[in-house]
Amino acid sequence: MRTRSVWLVPGLLIAALAVLCMLSLCAGRVWTPWNAWVSGGADPRWAIVFGLRLPRTVLALMVGGALGLSGAALQGYTRNPLAEPGVLGVSSSAALGAVLTLYLGAASEAHWILPAAAMVGAGLGVVTLMALSGATSSIVTFILAGFIIQTVCTAGISLALNLAPNPWAVDEIVSWLMGSLADRSVEEVRIAAPGVIVGSFVLLTLGRALDALTLGEQGARSLGVSLTRTRILLAIGVALAVGSSVAVTGVIGFVGLIVPHLLRPWLGSRPGALLWPSLLGGAVLTLAGDILVRLTPAAEEVKLSVAMAALGAPFFLWMLVSMRRRLA
Amino acid sequence: MSDDLVAEAVTLGLGGRTVLDRVTASFRKGELVAIVGPNGAGKSSLLSCLAGLRRPDSGRIALAGAIVTEIPARKRARAMAFLAQTPEIAWDVDVRTFVGLGRTPHTGAFGPSAEDAAAIDEAIATTGMADFAARPITRLSGGERARALIARALAGQTDWLLADEPLTGLDPGHALDAVDLFRRLAHERSKGVIVTLHDLTLAARFADRVLLLDRGHLVADGPPAKALTPQALAMAYGVRTRTHAGAAGPLIEILRRAD
Repeated sequence: MRTRSVWLVPGLLIAALAVLCMLSLCAGRVWTPWNAWVSGGADPRWAIVFGLRLPRTVLALMVGGALGLSGAALQGYTRNPLAEPGVLGVSSSAALGAVLTLYLGAASEAHWILPAAAMVGAGLGVVTLMALSGATSSIVTFILAGFIIQTVCTAGISLALNLAPNPWAVDEIVSWLMGSLADRSVEEVRIAAPGVIVGSFVLLTLGRALDALTLGEQGARSLGVSLTRTRILLAIGVALAVGSSVAVTGVIGFVGLIVPHLLRPWLGSRPGALLWPSLLGGAVLTLAGDILVRLTPAAEEVKLSVAMAALGAPFFLWMLVSMRRRLA
Repeated sequence: MSDDLVAEAVTLGLGGRTVLDRVTASFRKGELVAIVGPNGAGKSSLLSCLAGLRRPDSGRIALAGAIVTEIPARKRARAMAFLAQTPEIAWDVDVRTFVGLGRTPHTGAFGPSAEDAAAIDEAIATTGMADFAARPITRLSGGERARALIARALAGQTDWLLADEPLTGLDPGHALDAVDLFRRLAHERSKGVIVTLHDLTLAARFADRVLLLDRGHLVADGPPAKALTPQALAMAYGVRTRTHAGAAGPLIEILRRAD
């Protein structure tokens, strides 16, 4: 197994983040050179940099980090490399909350109503998850409960689309469900920041417990790890981080799934060693995707979630091919 | 207060079946105890109760006077290492990282210390795994894997080692190595070592004491020659046996099914 310096990969990720942040502030329909930044408002492009691109960049970092970290934590906990933030039903319960406000037309009343409903949705999703999975420490019941919530919420979203009062509502719902970072302001940053920061902090404390789970549930318990505590912290962390993200950007898939996979060949498979790097990697991937989306020449900007799916599918194809080669 | 591990009238039911029925036994440090018995006799259940991973329905299990299930989990994990029967290894980590998992109850918030590293090195050296330390765990043979698992349990530097059928799937040579290691850990490092075994001859030859379980009842408890009598074995396993004096110790020959 490769054991490079522990700092090499995180260092590279941070360097990549710095470069991408600069690029993200410059890139878009209007290219803003350095002298526009320091003009202090004299240049009209100053408003684009600080009013539009800075919040968008910060949001990409937060959401990407939250998704990457949640993916790594969930894969570690379930010991399944296919787990991602969606599996606990948190994304879909948050989305259902948001969709209901669009369906009822409440979202247009005030700016904060939709994200607030999404967070309530995520919170209810986690409470249901805890209630359904019961007092046992079993991971299987936990995943099954998450799957049920996900299914019910997806059905609810489909029902809202089905019964939508008018075509505009459908349009709005579909457009929101395709997660994107376009036209977000400082307001969205402010809404998402507390949940993402607190949730990420909670998830980052789970490293030792996730490592111990490499030995299975009984093995982890024999090493003094409380599975119940781990499960509660995991659910709260994912709900806060992913719920807040979905609330402001809609559903963005694949980041949480791909990032830990990309990092394992470099950092090894120990779940605890992947948490911080996955946070950084998720931010890098999301920011890079968002820059790419902005630079794509199209009449309407391609949604970030669509771009991620377009990147994600070939990635899995590549993974399948390399796995087949290894097994052959 | 002695620092023994004591089970008093431990009763456990699983799925409406009584798997342990008023089992009373005590274990000392510096002693290798083998728990034997036919499939389903309750060996694994007893071991996981002793390890504090399962709470008996009635009766009590105490370590140095404290009820094992009430000792804080981390403190208990620093006192007892448990080796599961079919250990799961979820991620393909290298042997050194894997052995390091045994340090979990000791590692602080700031990651592994020099003390942790030294304990890992020692566990790897004790099990003769030094040449394999950088090898991914999935690339090991069955015998090497079993040694890596034992090394993981040793890394915690616990006073007690509880291993559930650690010899399953090992060839005679590796099985011999493993039992010999368990015996040395008990005698030379005065650990309390409790293993469940299926190989009666190995149990008779290496264990200081043998516990024979039959359908949840403890039917014999004593030195191998006293516990593994033909009568007791016939009752528990339903086979006729004869014990020979072998070159290296007693040899228990299975003759045929008892009538």
